[in-house]
Amino acid sequence: MYRYDDIDQTLVAERVNEFRDQTRRFLAGELSEDEFRPLRLRNGLYIQRHAPMLRIAIPYGLLSAVQLRKLGDIAQRYDRGYGHFTTRQNLQLNWPALASVPDLLAELATVQMHAIQTSGNCVRNVTADHLAGVAPDELDDPRPYCEIIRQWATLHPEFTYLPRKFKIAVTGSPADRAASEVHDVGLHMRRDAEGNIGFEVLAGGGLGRAPAIGHVIRDFLPLEDLLSYLEAILRVYNRYGRRDNIHKARIKVLVKSLGAAQFAAEVEAEWQAARADAPQLPQAEVERVRAFFKPPPYESLPDIDAAAEREPEFRAWYRYNTRSHRVPGYRAVVVSLKAHGRPPGDMTSAQMAALATLAEQMSFGLIRVAHDQNLLLADVRQQDLYATWLALRRQELATANIGMLTDMIACPGLDFCGLANAGTISVARDIQKRFDDLDYLYDLGEIEIKMSGCMNACGHHHVGHIGILGVEKHGEEWYQITLGGSVNGYTALGEVIGPSVPQQAVPATIERIIEVYRERRDAGERLIDTYRRIGLAPFKERVYASRAEAA
Amino acid sequence: MRRVLKRREIVADDWRHFGEEPAAHEAQGLIVALAELRANPQTWSAYRGNLGLRIGLADKIEDLAFDLARFALIAVEFPAPGEGRGYTQGRLLRGRYHFAGELRAVGAAVKRDLIFALARCGFDAFEVAPGEDLEECARALGRYTVAYQPGAPDSLSLRQRYSA
Repeated sequence: MYRYDDIDQTLVAERVNEFRDQTRRFLAGELSEDEFRPLRLRNGLYIQRHAPMLRIAIPYGLLSAVQLRKLGDIAQRYDRGYGHFTTRQNLQLNWPALASVPDLLAELATVQMHAIQTSGNCVRNVTADHLAGVAPDELDDPRPYCEIIRQWATLHPEFTYLPRKFKIAVTGSPADRAASEVHDVGLHMRRDAEGNIGFEVLAGGGLGRAPAIGHVIRDFLPLEDLLSYLEAILRVYNRYGRRDNIHKARIKVLVKSLGAAQFAAEVEAEWQAARADAPQLPQAEVERVRAFFKPPPYESLPDIDAAAEREPEFRAWYRYNTRSHRVPGYRAVVVSLKAHGRPPGDMTSAQMAALATLAEQMSFGLIRVAHDQNLLLADVRQQDLYATWLALRRQELATANIGMLTDMIACPGLDFCGLANAGTISVARDIQKRFDDLDYLYDLGEIEIKMSGCMNACGHHHVGHIGILGVEKHGEEWYQITLGGSVNGYTALGEVIGPSVPQQAVPATIERIIEVYRERRDAGERLIDTYRRIGLAPFKERVYASRAEAA
Repeated sequence: MRRVLKRREIVADDWRHFGEEPAAHEAQGLIVALAELRANPQTWSAYRGNLGLRIGLADKIEDLAFDLARFALIAVEFPAPGEGRGYTQGRLLRGRYHFAGELRAVGAAVKRDLIFALARCGFDAFEVAPGEDLEECARALGRYTVAYQPGAPDSLSLRQRYSA
């Protein structure tokens, strides 16, 4: 993984000092809340329901064991002994005291971490495919380019205050495990006829209010032009993006109002005009960064049937929680943060410490965060899978439900988040309870439930096979259900199934949707396939057949 | 008498904005808003004094249709926390239109927290918000010693990842 040099380390240290001064001024009454807000947001700090919420950046979801151990340690000493992994591959702490945040950030800096630009109207953490570098279907590893973009975007002076947040995802695989098409900018790695690396560029995607799928604005962008072209996109957005209405300020609204072709033409014109003084990416810098992402020293091993003659519980875990690897003799292991009865994405300090040690033993000391709120050990020898499973199971990190209905995405919701309209954690728990039988879940097959406590869509509800959106109705928590959303190479936004339902009716509503699926599915069809074939109507009919009963 | 931060020095302002009462001392130049210049072109083309241009957030640099060399100063507005269009205006004026005069940030949001990024976008003069400490603003110019992006002004002497 990337290691800081003196420039990186100095920058982070200077940012800590700056934020320390800003926090001190706020606490001393020298800065008003209105003045402090944009300053703290740029450093990942929200003032939330109970306490500040601090979002720590995990660039493209890659962590060293040392970093994960430190996160566990920080969560223990500054918070309540747990953290929450997010769909931006970041970690959120829900209870740090404002006055202690500068010290917390200084500790993060000792392990080459920070909270820079994890919130606020700026370029956010760049995300990537969690199987980057190990997926068999990958063209090339996107992470060096994520790191190059990360550095370019960090404290970029011109884009200090964009109209709204700006999210970039990069993927090197056609499967698009990074949800890149619902990002402000999505970059798909491509090769030209000569084999040179470049990117297909999408712009104008985004979730939140009025979700949109990104439009291709350039088929092939040569690597050396990556930063100058991104700079042109950001400049057009910074100049012409709406600032009069927070709900219309994302780039997707600008792209829609101009039309994708006109937006692309504006970017092209700006790009050409700026070429004289725009940053060109030197080949030497590309090589420097790429060197950090060389494959680890894999052993030469044969593929084995690691599940053979093992107990059914391990075989299920092997099937659902491990992924094929491009190197023979290895597999990628998904560490489930979706244990039933636990808030999706939450992890305790003890679990973090244990997983850090396991990563050192089994996976070259590296851990990844997936956007679906699970972690990954990407490079486990097949012969070590059983021991890895035992160790994960001891930590309750081996629930064999990856890709199944209870592998839900959920934001923290009303319990923690000041923006939320409705709770998510209790709804997730109720769904987990209702669908607690793993064999039943396996029969239902791949189902993605994604849940957000408000329109901001941190839980990606629009692109869930089943989406759940919390809404507030007369002071009560209600939920709007959508069907048919997806990412992973086929991006679609879910359709609202009908009027929202009260909290206690959510599990029954899901159950009715599942009933229709079970009755109507063809052999081998997933819920999403059945939905695409038969449409919304049969599901809607069943869900609202007798609403009083459902409620 | 207003004081401003200019090229790292805290100095008495020798400019006044059109409509402001003349200061006790004789201001050397007058800063006039683009709208006023457009409304009374004859008046201002006949003006023989030192002229500065103040542009608004929505003004496109491309459409100014003035010879920028005519102005010894251009003022760009930062009226509120979170308003970021002026950064791009500064970059364009310096990088694309090669404006070499004083580039001044004005407005209620011009405080120490913005100074460093503004300087990196080419601003060399800061008419700070009322009550803001100019000494602190001057110190903020040294807040960072490194930068990832190429294109920082020489005056900040930053260590950069790579040059443009």
